[in-house]
This record gives sequence, structure tokens and C-alpha cells, in this order.
Amino acid sequence: MTDWLTVSVIALAAIAAVVAVVLLIKDEPAQDRTFVLLGVVEVAVLVQLVYGIVALTQTDRDILPALFVGYLVGNLLVLPIGAFWSLAERTRAGTAVLLLAALTVIALQLRLGTIWDGSGA
Amino acid sequence: MRELKSGPGRILVFVYGVFAVAATGRSLVQLGVDAGRAPLAYGLSLFAAVIYLVATTCLLLGGRRAWTVAVVACAIELIGVLTIGTLSYVDTELFPDKTVWSHFGQGYGFLPLVLPFLGLAWLWSTRPGVERSGAEPGS
Repeated sequence: MTDWLTVSVIALAAIAAVVAVVLLIKDEPAQDRTFVLLGVVEVAVLVQLVYGIVALTQTDRDILPALFVGYLVGNLLVLPIGAFWSLAERTRAGTAVLLLAALTVIALQLRLGTIWDGSGA
Repeated sequence: MRELKSGPGRILVFVYGVFAVAATGRSLVQLGVDAGRAPLAYGLSLFAAVIYLVATTCLLLGGRRAWTVAVVACAIELIGVLTIGTLSYVDTELFPDKTVWSHFGQGYGFLPLVLPFLGLAWLWSTRPGVERSGAEPGS
């Protein structure tokens, strides 16, 4: 796994988190451009999924494939589920879900990093 | 009775859902790879996973029965995280590997410790018989 990819995903997710916090403070529902931003994060996460699986097949590190791929796939599902779940209620609660989804992506990035570095489950 | 999955409940469903998936995945990987290394810790991970799944489902379903089951699940969760959290500090040999609840959920930003309190607080404010402003009549 490359650091630049992880850093990019974390940075994009952090921007999305900040946007969500601003929306929460202003008590405004998420707008189209908020979801475009989340889409950009999702594209980066998708690239990471492909890149991660390729990297896994080429490394001789002692990594559990199920664990690593599980995290990559989980990472991919967080934002769509969070977005879908927040759309049903376009209030502060819905926006808070978007914030938590972005923070979950960041948390998963950190876990992926530790797993890649070889400290197992 | 207000819908369990709306407002703050919507946030809780998401967080409980994430923990349900995280704990299930973790326990299955741990049990699948080397169940003998720390059977107690891995078994507890699976138990925690089931509790999170039950809590998530009940919040989603709503209604009186689901509310009651959710209270039980959150109570078990609270007792679990406090007991396992304490034991993991006192008797380190008992836990050669970590669980969701060991060290009060340190590996998960202590969220496992905070979550049952939030869950119980939300269930208390939505307890049957309490009408809240904004609740739909008859819901």
C-alpha cells in the first residue's frame, strides 16, 4: 500500500468531515455539492480497493488476505450506506451521519495502515 | 411513541451498524484463523458482535417489543464493556489478544464505552408512554 493513496483518502475524507461540521453548525441540510464531494472520496476509496488487492497479490508480507480485503471492501461501503441513510432524514441527524461516515473512513484508513504494516487482527 | 430510528436514533443506528459489522468481521477472522490462541477473547468478540447486531436491528424495527429488547441489549453491552474493560486491566493473562470491549474499547476510541450510555439515554427519552413534540400521532 502506498502512503500517498492513504494520505489522499484521509485528506479528502477530512475535507468532507469539515464540510459536514460546517453544515451541522449552520443547521443546513447536505446539498448536491456535498454529495459530489463524498463521491470524490468514494472514487479515491475505489482506487484504493483495486490498488490494495493488486498490492496484496504482489507482496510477501504476512497479511491475512480476508482481513485486509475485508477492510478495503468495508471502506468502500461506508460512504454509500451513510449517504443513503442520511438522505432519508435531511436534518442535523442526517448530516451527523455523513460526518460519522467520513470519520469512519478515516478510522478504517488507519486500521488498514496497521494491518499492512503487519500487526494482525 | 417516537420512531426509534429517527433524529438522534438515526445517528445511533449508523454507529451501532458500523460496530456490528466491525465486531462480526473481527470475531470471524479471529476465530477462523486461530481460535485456540485466545478462545475467551474471541468468543467475547463474537458475543459483542451479536449484541451490536441485536441493538441495530431493534432500533431499526421500532415498536414496543423492539424497544424492550434494545434496552436489554444496551444493558448487557454496558455490563460487558465495564466487566471486560476492568478484567483486561486486572488480569492481563486472561486476554492474550484484544476484543472490542477490552481496555474499555481503547482500540475503538473508547466508543464502545460511550455507546451503551448514548443508547440507553436515547431509549429512555423514547420510552413507551412518553409523547414528544414532533411525534406523529399514533406512531
